[in-house]
Amino acid sequence: MSKLRVATTSLAGCFGCHMSFLDIDERIIELLDHVEFNRSPLTDIKHCDPCDIGLIEGGLCNIDNVHVLKEFRASCKILIAVGACAINGGVPAMRNHHPLSECLAESYLNGIGVENPQIPDDVEVPLLLNKVHPVHEVVKIDYYLPGCPPPADAFMKVLGDLIEGREPLLPRTMLRYD
Amino acid sequence: MSQSILIDGIEVPFKSNQTIMDAALAANIYIPHLCHNPCIKPHGSCKLCTVEVNGHTTSSCTTKAEDGQKVINNSEKLNKARLTITQMLFIEGNHLCPTCEKTGNCTLQAVAYHLGMLDGHFPQFYPKREVDASHPSIMLDRDRCILCELCVRASREFDKKDVFAIAGRGDNAHLIVNSPSGKLRDSDIEQNDLAAHICPVGAILIKERGYEIPIGCRTFDLRSVTEIDLGDVKLSEKSSHHE
Repeated sequence: MSKLRVATTSLAGCFGCHMSFLDIDERIIELLDHVEFNRSPLTDIKHCDPCDIGLIEGGLCNIDNVHVLKEFRASCKILIAVGACAINGGVPAMRNHHPLSECLAESYLNGIGVENPQIPDDVEVPLLLNKVHPVHEVVKIDYYLPGCPPPADAFMKVLGDLIEGREPLLPRTMLRYD
Repeated sequence: MSQSILIDGIEVPFKSNQTIMDAALAANIYIPHLCHNPCIKPHGSCKLCTVEVNGHTTSSCTTKAEDGQKVINNSEKLNKARLTITQMLFIEGNHLCPTCEKTGNCTLQAVAYHLGMLDGHFPQFYPKREVDASHPSIMLDRDRCILCELCVRASREFDKKDVFAIAGRGDNAHLIVNSPSGKLRDSDIEQNDLAAHICPVGAILIKERGYEIPIGCRTFDLRSVTEIDLGDVKLSEKSSHHE
């Protein structure tokens, strides 16, 4: 049987979900008998080939996040929102209660210890969205893996179910929002 | 003469003036609920305890048990409706569990676990709500308020103080404080009041007690909402229909 091709990305997240995924430790060797990683921070491949599974960590806080998410949706047969930020915006969405201009001013103009205050405007820096959004507000999501982060066992359960051709089903003990 | 109702085909006895919820709790049958607390008069507002009685849907916490009623509780249709209600409660407020001191002890979260909620489904509201940190020992964070009115009723009925009320309608409905300034510090609330402890979510918290129990070791981290709600009594005798 050919291996399932898996892509992963971290959008407006903290990479904590990826770190938790890597907590599968040596089980990654067994996993690699069944999957190969495509675009991912783990491989440093920059763009998606056609993939079977895409894991999305983080919500959407800038236009690059939206661009990457759309590439994943176009390339992956199954898209999974991983972690609190992808599912409901998470901690980055706490800025949604404040105007973006105030957030930028607090960080880059008036913040404690700021020297040479200026709001970054380099063309390489992706423009921020007015509000942070969960990923299902922009593309169709097939499955959700909650948690902050989801435990390593939950990653194994969901990927294991998909490898064996089953609908992913999280047992209650792996369902957490914190 | 003893009277009884049928809940999901199980014969459940009840006493005069008991509601369907009272009878179910006494018989160790879990009906999901958020705004109900046996110590406080029922309110019927969260609608999670909706059951079908003789073919009609009704809130089990406010419907009196009547001899011979056929009640459907644990059905796919009702649990799907309860899941949708729970998702709406999540997206209408700012329920960021990883940042909340109540996580693991939160009944809203526990009910969502019970119903298998994986996502909010609907677009997030991200409402802007006022935090009242004015009181020296009690914190009010309206971001997490689900308008269950347990604090309103506990303050009125149990503490005899009338500290809280709900004002506004629809999207604008919000918890208000009965004091000249509208702030908790100028109200009659005290740390030992039931109203300061009854909140099922993290809207009303006691200050300076953060993270006494680590995340992962809290009430609903260790046991399900059905176990906690029905108490320790006869836990071993519970049958599979409770899960």
